[in-house]
Amino acid sequence: MFRWIVVRDLTLAWKGRVDVLSTLFFFLIVVSLFPLGIGPETNLLRLIAPGVVWVAALLASMLSLGRLFANDYQDGTLEQLLLTPQPLYLVVLGKVLALWLVSGVPLALLSPVLGIQFGLSRNTLFVLAVSLLLGTPVLALIGSIGAALTLGLRGGGLLVSILVLPLYIPVLIFGSGAVDASITGSGVQGNLSLIGALLVLSLVFAPWATSAALRVSLE
Amino acid sequence: MLEARDLGCVRGDRRLFRDVNFALSPGSLLQVYGPNGSGKTSLLRLICGLLEPAEGHIRWRGANINSLGEDYFTSLSYLGHRNGLKEELTPLENLRISSGLQGTKLGLKEATRVLAKMGLSGREHLPARLLSEGQRRRTALARLLTCTTSLWVLDEVLTSLDSSAVQFVTSLIDDHLKKGGIALVATHHELDLSADSCQRLDLA
Repeated sequence: MFRWIVVRDLTLAWKGRVDVLSTLFFFLIVVSLFPLGIGPETNLLRLIAPGVVWVAALLASMLSLGRLFANDYQDGTLEQLLLTPQPLYLVVLGKVLALWLVSGVPLALLSPVLGIQFGLSRNTLFVLAVSLLLGTPVLALIGSIGAALTLGLRGGGLLVSILVLPLYIPVLIFGSGAVDASITGSGVQGNLSLIGALLVLSLVFAPWATSAALRVSLE
Repeated sequence: MLEARDLGCVRGDRRLFRDVNFALSPGSLLQVYGPNGSGKTSLLRLICGLLEPAEGHIRWRGANINSLGEDYFTSLSYLGHRNGLKEELTPLENLRISSGLQGTKLGLKEATRVLAKMGLSGREHLPARLLSEGQRRRTALARLLTCTTSLWVLDEVLTSLDSSAVQFVTSLIDDHLKKGGIALVATHHELDLSADSCQRLDLA
């Protein structure tokens, strides 16, 4: 039954693929603006690359959250999801998984291509992609809590950012830290393991918090 | 089988109702009446567990619905004001997905047959946003034909339907009651049913 939720959301993402692609495009554009705006000084670009790519990924992830629950809330399918014989925890996990597959994975896979503009080495590009592959699910999981809490509220988009961005900060620090460490040649593994730990933590707690938030929002 | 004791509901600052009591055994229907704003939808959502009562409790087969969790939903089908359909998906896709989520795998042929019964043949492959409101309502109601739940909670499901469709849905509810199911219905229409037990609840 879990697979039905994922299949459903993936089908919907395919039918609304313009929306999905626009988030990716946003990521592309924001990252590409920096080397254009700052000029071709390679050392400077290499310094800012981890932070820039990671912040852009963060913002793109946050934008994609609007697709998670809002549509389902409007047409009444969200309350039907609350009434399935599946634990709500699994429903949320399925939706977040579908969101990540459609928004997070392409972002992570595209990042090495973008990293070339910043003069990063092959090793660093690899670390960049891995850090994003590990970090984007955390962003999606934490973000889902904010998305559920702000359902149906006016100014929801802005509220989500206020709620969620502070919680994104640890992921940002470890994510860009991992790429930074690869550039300077120090311990990449430490940072990546910390992101991994955040991933495990958020897998356990976030869907539970999101479920509680959904029940409150749907009262 | 379904029992409500001393049910009270408060929404925001407003007290909607209090001391609502009823008991429904297999084959019974409860029709909920009341002017707009009297709490019909809230009562139905209380029964579904989407809302917490201010006072009282609800029991399904003797157990409090709060303690049943998701198991309660294996016996419950709820159709609310909004159709609960994805507009970008076709009736076929909508029906198969909602069946799958309920735990019943619905094949393509079976789904087409069900939709034809609801008067939607020829429309199953159109995205729902291209259907009329009445057709969308019928797509939503098609779920009742594919589910095996014993408790149906229906909130104003007959609006947007023409008289033949109203008759068809009424006969669906009738069949459900004859098989031992229970139905809670909020509707302005007068239901013409042969049910053993037809109770009325007036929230005015």
